[in-house]
Amino acid sequence: MGLTTDPAPLDTGGTDLAPRKEADPGDLAALRVVPTRHYGRWAAALAVLVLTAQFAHGLVTNPVWEWEVFRAYVLSETIVSAVGLTLQLTAYATVLGFALGTVLAFMRLSRNPVLQTVAWAYIWIFRSIPMIVQLVFWFNLSALYERLGLGIPFGPVFWSVDSNDLIGTIGAALIGLSLHQAAYAAEIVRGGVISVDHGQLEAAAALGIPRLRQIRRIVLPQAMRAILPTAGNEIIGLLKGTSVVYVMAIGELFYQVQVIYGRNGHVIPLLMVATAWYVFLTSVLSVAQYYVERRFARGANRTPPPTPLQRARDALARLRAGAADTAPATPRGGTA
Amino acid sequence: MSQVMVDVRGVHKSFGALKVLRGVDLTVRAGEVTALLGPSGSGKSTLLRVINHLEKVNRGWISIDGELIGYRRSGDRLYELRERDILRQRTHIGFVFQHFHLFPHLTVLDNVVEAPVAALRRPRKEAVATAERLLARVGLADKAGAYPRQLSGGQQQRVAIARALAIEPKVLLFDEPTSALDPELVGEVLDVIKDLARSGTTMIIVTHEIGFAREVADTVAFLDGGVVVEQGPPGAVLDAPRHERTRAFLSKVL
Repeated sequence: MGLTTDPAPLDTGGTDLAPRKEADPGDLAALRVVPTRHYGRWAAALAVLVLTAQFAHGLVTNPVWEWEVFRAYVLSETIVSAVGLTLQLTAYATVLGFALGTVLAFMRLSRNPVLQTVAWAYIWIFRSIPMIVQLVFWFNLSALYERLGLGIPFGPVFWSVDSNDLIGTIGAALIGLSLHQAAYAAEIVRGGVISVDHGQLEAAAALGIPRLRQIRRIVLPQAMRAILPTAGNEIIGLLKGTSVVYVMAIGELFYQVQVIYGRNGHVIPLLMVATAWYVFLTSVLSVAQYYVERRFARGANRTPPPTPLQRARDALARLRAGAADTAPATPRGGTA
Repeated sequence: MSQVMVDVRGVHKSFGALKVLRGVDLTVRAGEVTALLGPSGSGKSTLLRVINHLEKVNRGWISIDGELIGYRRSGDRLYELRERDILRQRTHIGFVFQHFHLFPHLTVLDNVVEAPVAALRRPRKEAVATAERLLARVGLADKAGAYPRQLSGGQQQRVAIARALAIEPKVLLFDEPTSALDPELVGEVLDVIKDLARSGTTMIIVTHEIGFAREVADTVAFLDGGVVVEQGPPGAVLDAPRHERTRAFLSKVL
């Protein structure tokens, strides 16, 4: 009882000589409840707040951050169009990567041993090669295959084209990002599909629903519940992963920032420009992820939890109702 | 006598070394209700699952309304059907699972509408009208917009029955439809099945509810060790079993 300041109402220890009345429930209901005080929590919170304040103070006062340079560049045309390219690379690589990944996932799940093995080998290879190595490989594709063509396998070629003309630098970056992403997406999609109760497929099969429709309408929407959190991670990872294509001199965000500070020497504020954009874009993606996940959670809960917006609106409404009411609001369900 | 709807002949089924069915014969006529009884592990559920080809038989054959299930006969050979054709055959067979297996991400209405639209290619409007009629029949017209997890177990099983009826099957198979339910919810599901029996739906019901089997079944078949040990009207099998194993089973469950 070291930390409580008030004696517990039922404490019968001590050297009280006067005879005590037996406490009955009626008496207890009238007593005031003193909540436990968490001194440790307060101290920890204080320490963390001091450290945070110190850091914020440094951000504002340390001249090395050069916030005026940050302000001059963060919305400049060069940077904004570089952000556009970063977004395009992310979007295309996400769509292509997850499309190919879904195909690979179902190949691995199929009963056809050739498809299974090929999909397994693809995932094994592309997870083994660092993305940067792969990107440089695709960049140098023309050294490996000078011309790409269509024709009969191992037979005559009807139509062919110079590899560099067909693919180009951005194309090579996109292929690299997508193929890399597909290997990871395949495993994420496969994980989602095998998490769906087998009874769902059996019920769909028993109803005679065609195979493709079973997958599209019954399995995938339920698999999405398990796929989305990891897929969100992957897309955010990809957004930042696009910065690796700077090795191919593609004008995405990180490459442009490097070009600018290489010219003017303001390294720190320009790195902050890139940081701010990556944080902003990741935040947008995180919010989008929340709402997409919510949509696929339909039917998973008896009553879906309110969104942060709905919660804020409810709180506001309660505040207004409380202000209009003269009597103090009583908490529902009594004391905790 | 009415025509034969379900004909099971000499069906064997093994899972690895485990022989579950060892030559089952069963005949169900149109409009008849057959209750399958038997101790656990006797092969009741497996028999139901081979009837709509969720499991392939190792030997023997099954036909529904004269159509061989899972195979096509040509001369002296049986050709395995492609999945597409098996799926088409399954639209003649309704199946109600012990654990309902409703689609949790679809509303009650969409659960019932899905198969008529996807498997039978009915126009959605027509399928919705049918679904509403069927939901009313199982007493859940007001739940069309709810999701399965918002319903009680008994309500979910009634939706599952409506879903199975929506493909207008020639025969309905029930795999222990009330075993996963709280005792007080069993009655509402049994009432729906009784109503179907009165309207002349052909049904095969695996059940542990002996009283229900007596009331609703035209035929009771007792399975043990992968064979039909005894088969006949409920009065005969349940009250005057001829076979020792039937007597032993009934003395335990009654």
